[in-house]
Amino acid sequence: MLIAAILFMVVLGTVIFNFMSPWTFLELGSNWALIDFTVLVTFVICGVAFVILGLYMVWWVYKYRYVPGRLAEYEPENPKLEARLTIITTIGVVVMLAPGLVAWDQYVRVPPDATELEVNSEQWKWSYRLPGEDGIFGFAHNKYITFENPMGIKDGDPYAEDDIIITSQTVKIPIDRKVKVLLRSKDVLHDFWVPEIRAKMDSVPGMVTYFWFQPTLLGEFDVLCAELCGRGHHTMRGEMHVVSLDEYETWLGAQLTWAEMKAGAVPLSPQALQGRSIAESNGCFACHSLDGSRMVGPTWTNLWGSTVQMEDGTSLVVDEEYVRESIAEPDVKIREGYGPEMVAAELTDEEVAAVIDFLKSQVQEESSEQVESVE
Amino acid sequence: MATAEIPYQETVPLHHPKTWLGKYVFSQDHKVIAVQYGITAMAVGLVALVLSWLMRIQIAFPGFLEGFGADEYLSSITMHGMIMVIYLLTAFLLGAFGNFCVPLMCGARDMVFPFVNMLSYWVYLISVLVLLVVYPLMLFTDIQATGAGWTLYPPQTITAGTPGADWGIVLMLASLAIFIVAFTMGGLNYITTILQARTRGMTLMRMPLTVWGIFIATFLGLIAFPALFVSAVMMLLDRLIGTSFFMPAIVSLGQKLEYSGGQPLLFQHLFWFFGHPEVYIVALPAFGVVSDLISVHARKNIFGYRMMVWAIVAIGILSLIVWAHHMYVAGMHPAFGFFFATTTLIIAVPTAIKVYNWTLTLWRANIKLTVPMLFALSFVLTFIMGGITGLFLGNVIIDIPLSDTYFVVAHFHMVMGVSPILAIFGGIYHWYPKLTGRMLNDTVGKIHFYFTFVGTYVIYFPMHYLGFVGVPRRYYETALGGHFPDWYPVSAHHLNIFITIAALIVGAAQMLFIYNLVHSYFKGKKASDNPWGANSLEWRTPQTPPSHGNWDERLPTVHRWAYDFGVPGHDTDHIPQDVPRKESA
Repeated sequence: MLIAAILFMVVLGTVIFNFMSPWTFLELGSNWALIDFTVLVTFVICGVAFVILGLYMVWWVYKYRYVPGRLAEYEPENPKLEARLTIITTIGVVVMLAPGLVAWDQYVRVPPDATELEVNSEQWKWSYRLPGEDGIFGFAHNKYITFENPMGIKDGDPYAEDDIIITSQTVKIPIDRKVKVLLRSKDVLHDFWVPEIRAKMDSVPGMVTYFWFQPTLLGEFDVLCAELCGRGHHTMRGEMHVVSLDEYETWLGAQLTWAEMKAGAVPLSPQALQGRSIAESNGCFACHSLDGSRMVGPTWTNLWGSTVQMEDGTSLVVDEEYVRESIAEPDVKIREGYGPEMVAAELTDEEVAAVIDFLKSQVQEESSEQVESVE
Repeated sequence: MATAEIPYQETVPLHHPKTWLGKYVFSQDHKVIAVQYGITAMAVGLVALVLSWLMRIQIAFPGFLEGFGADEYLSSITMHGMIMVIYLLTAFLLGAFGNFCVPLMCGARDMVFPFVNMLSYWVYLISVLVLLVVYPLMLFTDIQATGAGWTLYPPQTITAGTPGADWGIVLMLASLAIFIVAFTMGGLNYITTILQARTRGMTLMRMPLTVWGIFIATFLGLIAFPALFVSAVMMLLDRLIGTSFFMPAIVSLGQKLEYSGGQPLLFQHLFWFFGHPEVYIVALPAFGVVSDLISVHARKNIFGYRMMVWAIVAIGILSLIVWAHHMYVAGMHPAFGFFFATTTLIIAVPTAIKVYNWTLTLWRANIKLTVPMLFALSFVLTFIMGGITGLFLGNVIIDIPLSDTYFVVAHFHMVMGVSPILAIFGGIYHWYPKLTGRMLNDTVGKIHFYFTFVGTYVIYFPMHYLGFVGVPRRYYETALGGHFPDWYPVSAHHLNIFITIAALIVGAAQMLFIYNLVHSYFKGKKASDNPWGANSLEWRTPQTPPSHGNWDERLPTVHRWAYDFGVPGHDTDHIPQDVPRKESA
């Protein structure tokens, strides 16, 4: 009767594990308590069904084990019993579905007082846009995207001038304020997800998708990409800080509007510009940031001429020789804290020289705001 | 059905092969084709098993495998998923079981189109070769296997940030298209044979549930696979000649691509219009096999046969209108959520009825705990777990936090990975004696069973809880820069290490099964014509293994359903389908 014992242990073990497991939802950080409630209802109904069916199996496998010569009971059908089971199951399904559909109705109906936050996603980083004082986003489309206009904002749209552009991986939102998240993608599918908030939605290039929530918990939360988006998918993480209104206003005041950003663009030498476009078309900026933030690879801000630590404990100064080698054979020297993810790029000597000119242009005199946030 | 009617195949002459090649290689005998399908599917399944080992080692011990980077990880999840779903499960349940069971259980000589049936296998073999040729190519060229995930969602499938976006994906899509050609040739055969070549007295409502499961699954396949076929062709056109079916205007890694106006969601709808019925293409034959195993080995009629048949039909129809429950977070119109959540939870009702009826069949039965029966019982428990977690994910609002996490991985492995594989194992242990004339070793079979059932359960059950924590699927590494994020407790990593060790053991235990298959073929105990005392026609052939043509000149006549076990007033505990009814009984 080993099988009856094993089946019993599996059912019992399942129940014990469920109640002893330290692994469960993270603390709820939003208004979506109804999601957690629906999960609970489903847990109870499904758990009871599982235990009852499992124990009946165990009991009958044990009780009606083979005895030579005995005949099983001949009962092809029992319409009454079958009808009863169908009705009970249907009731269970309705009880699970009802709160689920109510919650879904709330999920897809955005309250009119929600403020808008646009999340832009691309391989493998996040950026954000707020509508600014007029409360209206300027029109944007992937076809307008250039290096200076990473969100593809339409030239000359009056609503766009006061839009606030946040190129950092971190976004702050004030606690208790309802947020409608608008999702856009520059390249492939991504999915903006903060586990504590529960809500998520894919961003799809060519479309604007949305969801809404109301943060209820102060704190710094990780933003994860939940939709496979290529080889850097697992590194595509941002941060969402839920902060007090005061802190939010201070932070917001320090962000640049689209008009300010256009005006403040630092002119580059033709060679550095050429280097930037070479780097861009080789996909370098998917992994190397230009604002000091940490991505799959090290940032390029203040990289040139700095002393960097290698994985093997040595350190070196970033010079022409090192840059050439890192482009052609990226696996030879690995920076500490980073993986051997880089794909070699085949560049000519002139192209590497141009990229180096661009690297030089990314060295700031004052680096107080540009400290690399490694930890 | 009038018993005087002459079955279609009774008078059709068979072309007996004259050469060794014709008998064993280019055979038109459905039993040989079943074996060819089975062996090929198992061989390609071993590739998927090794890939799963590599992935699990990377998850538990990041960086331990030299040269197994993010690219290799992503191409492994892609190939593993595609192989398991299409090239192993679909091919085995329909190609191997379908070919073996349909003619024998219907009392036919062979499939209605034996030559097309043979072609079906050879085209399937070509699709497998096109799929796997990427591995030798990876050694000698810079072609990579596609890492787009088995769902192949564009635009990333064919853009530069994904491994294999240049040629790996082309091989994958070509292989899928070829597979669908093979499936169509096989599928038309199964349906025509079931509808046209049943022997006298074999009414539809006397067919064993295995045949019912294969019948409806094949219908689903013929409706669903064309959607995959056209999406594969459209994506090939997007990739090769620059059309924009699925590709909007995008900037990929700093480069503006030439596409514009395409719709990525269109692919997802086409894919899941295939992909959801595909779940039932795999599940329905497994349901049928398990129903037959439980009835035969519990020595009791299957409980509620008619309800079981109608449940299969209802599931089949409903499965065509639930596909978008895979797309709740895809960004489609939110109103779809109401519709698809409702249809999805409705499908739980006929599915639950099947589970009840399997369990009720055990009531007052006389249960023989043979190896096939053990697998059938473990199927039911595993399927219950996989089914109820489906109620979580089908309910749209619960899917929002859980989709794309390990909860989903655990759910679909339980319900359409482990469950059908347990049914396949059960079926192999059950029919091997008829196929080869020898019994499989019982002790080795039992060891294999316990490792497989308990092992897969401890792999996948705890994995659901990682999903609640929020561990995303398809992450090469959860840690970043050597540090675990705050939401990923170190205990969760220990759980992942445990799961990996279990997976290595369960995988290794499958070698016992292969040993058993090979060893018993030569050294196994001789099997009688009907070692389990079953009623369906495949156990009533004049020879074991059945000869080409299965029956003597006259095909058998069916007088009853396949589940006359423990009929009161009889001295045996089973009455085969071809035994005439006594007027008095």
